[in-house]
Amino acid sequence: MSQLHYALFTGCTAKQSTPELLSSTLAVAEKLGIKITILEEASCCGASHLQDFDEFLAHVLNARNICYAEKLGLTMITICNTCQLNSQMTKHALDTDPKLKARVNEKLAEVGLEYRGTSEIKHFLYTLIDDYGLDKIKEKVQVPLSHLNIAPFYGCHNIRPSELHAESNNHENPYNPTSLDSLIGALEGKPVEYESKNKCCGFHVELQANHASEVLSGNALLDAMDNNADVMVTPCPLCHLKMDTYQPSISKVMGRDVELPVLHMPQMVALALGCSEKEIGLNFHVQKAKQLYLSKKG
Amino acid sequence: MIHSEEEVIQEAKRLNAEEHMTDFAHPVNVKLKTFRFNAETDYLPYYKTYEMTVTKDELVLDLLNRIKWEHDGSFSYRRSCRHGICGACAIKVNGKAVLACKENAQGLIKLFGEELVIEPQSQKRAVKDMIIDKGDFWQKHADVKPFVVADVDPHPSTETLISPERNEKFLESDYCIQCGACHYSCPALEVNEDYLGPAALVSAYRFSIDPRDSATEERLELTSELGIGVWDCVKCNECVEACPKELNPLEKITKLHNMQFEQGVAKRNVATKHAEGFVRSIRKYGYLDEADIVLYSEGYLGMYKHLGTAAKMMKAGKIHWHSGVPFIDSVPKIKNLDEVQKLIEISMTNTL
Repeated sequence: MSQLHYALFTGCTAKQSTPELLSSTLAVAEKLGIKITILEEASCCGASHLQDFDEFLAHVLNARNICYAEKLGLTMITICNTCQLNSQMTKHALDTDPKLKARVNEKLAEVGLEYRGTSEIKHFLYTLIDDYGLDKIKEKVQVPLSHLNIAPFYGCHNIRPSELHAESNNHENPYNPTSLDSLIGALEGKPVEYESKNKCCGFHVELQANHASEVLSGNALLDAMDNNADVMVTPCPLCHLKMDTYQPSISKVMGRDVELPVLHMPQMVALALGCSEKEIGLNFHVQKAKQLYLSKKG
Repeated sequence: MIHSEEEVIQEAKRLNAEEHMTDFAHPVNVKLKTFRFNAETDYLPYYKTYEMTVTKDELVLDLLNRIKWEHDGSFSYRRSCRHGICGACAIKVNGKAVLACKENAQGLIKLFGEELVIEPQSQKRAVKDMIIDKGDFWQKHADVKPFVVADVDPHPSTETLISPERNEKFLESDYCIQCGACHYSCPALEVNEDYLGPAALVSAYRFSIDPRDSATEERLELTSELGIGVWDCVKCNECVEACPKELNPLEKITKLHNMQFEQGVAKRNVATKHAEGFVRSIRKYGYLDEADIVLYSEGYLGMYKHLGTAAKMMKAGKIHWHSGVPFIDSVPKIKNLDEVQKLIEISMTNTL
């Protein structure tokens, strides 16, 4: 097999509050021999909020991002569910609506770009599973995660709407997703079965409907804890921010102590592949997670 | 080639047998773990399992009928049209909202395995087995004035003409059958019972886009209210997944958001500023400025709520200060930022 090579759309969080997501992604790619070209030109995807204000502008900006992957002739990979959703939504809208595509390209022409629709868009989770392969990941495991009960938290925007994602997420069943479970299994961890794994974390209403947001993440975290999770893992940095950063206030709302380390999907893989502590970056978590370095040795 | 009558009959019999072969060659045994509850006599709901063999053409409604006709005559569910238009038979199977009369049973077995969990749309609203009290759904539907408000000339001389382009703007929202599949799949409603929910918002969109209607502003004001309206949608896409008519309720919710800005109904509040604030960040950095968006949306006075979290984030190294001062110029810039600035200038259609 020729070397896998992707254009990485980092999104905003990996460049700011979750630097550990970017470093662990790059570390995993290096360990597995996957070549990554970072799209330093790519802007914010709008995070489903710019879309509320100005949907057309959001399409223009997302189309511009995709243009840069097309220029390289590469599949664009994402490390954030919401980047994946919004990029994919723009791609779908432009590929199926020639009038909209023409309107967007009229704007892009002003900066010398053209959206053609030649690059696929795929989340890194599905790249690892579908393109690289779980069997090959299994062979590379240096630190089996067999001592950990790991609760997979899928995040909405990778699995819904299922029709939009079907090609890029290998027809994941949004009511019973399995990809993250299989990845945990390949790293020899024990996937936790719990009902909330495909539910919403409430991140997107954090500011305007704080209580609802806290209850949604509280329900999911407590469900994982009640099913003996040692740690939660998610492919989405927005789920991560909500679930990791807000545990003290979630505890107050839920009336119970909520304490569970939350890993980014690439951090979990990096732990198992034996990447360095600096690359994995557990020190950037608000909920203490550094003990995971120790327990993997013990 | 001309066939004799007998040959034709023989061929038909063979085809018929073959069809039955495929029908019954792969019948699947299924366990239906079924929610049972009678609000008048039961203190708690319970589950009863019915086993049956399912052929390839059977729908979930056929299975419900067989529970009632072959196992327990007291089993209760709503059904009427049997062709996906009345919305009465909506239930959940393994958490997935389905119209019983539209959903192929073997398709679900493929998706979930040979135990199917048959439940009402909302367990807390269960009255008897699959039958729920849909009162909350209808109340919210009524709240958005789901009708055209117009002074109609009783003796019009012409018809109200609607162009094909205008008709496209309905985005098929008028196909909603009010089954409640999206409403009872919505997690925002689950934790905030004041929220109007996706079905009512689809109705609000449907009548607000109608060129004959004169209550659009009123509906936009109602649906822009914090706590009940579009800003409480959590963007989980559960409604998109649930709708048996594939209407994409979230798409209509997004349109309602856009219409608030287009028609100048949007008030400056934490939610509208949060949506609009993205432009401010992207223009400056290309990326979203995570700290600034909170500050801009909440205002300085509103920041007190976030101080605890901000302190924890800072301690964990999540907030950077390249300039030496936290929050000031803490965001990296994308390459070719000038392109993004130009695109914002020439593509932005809305203002707050």
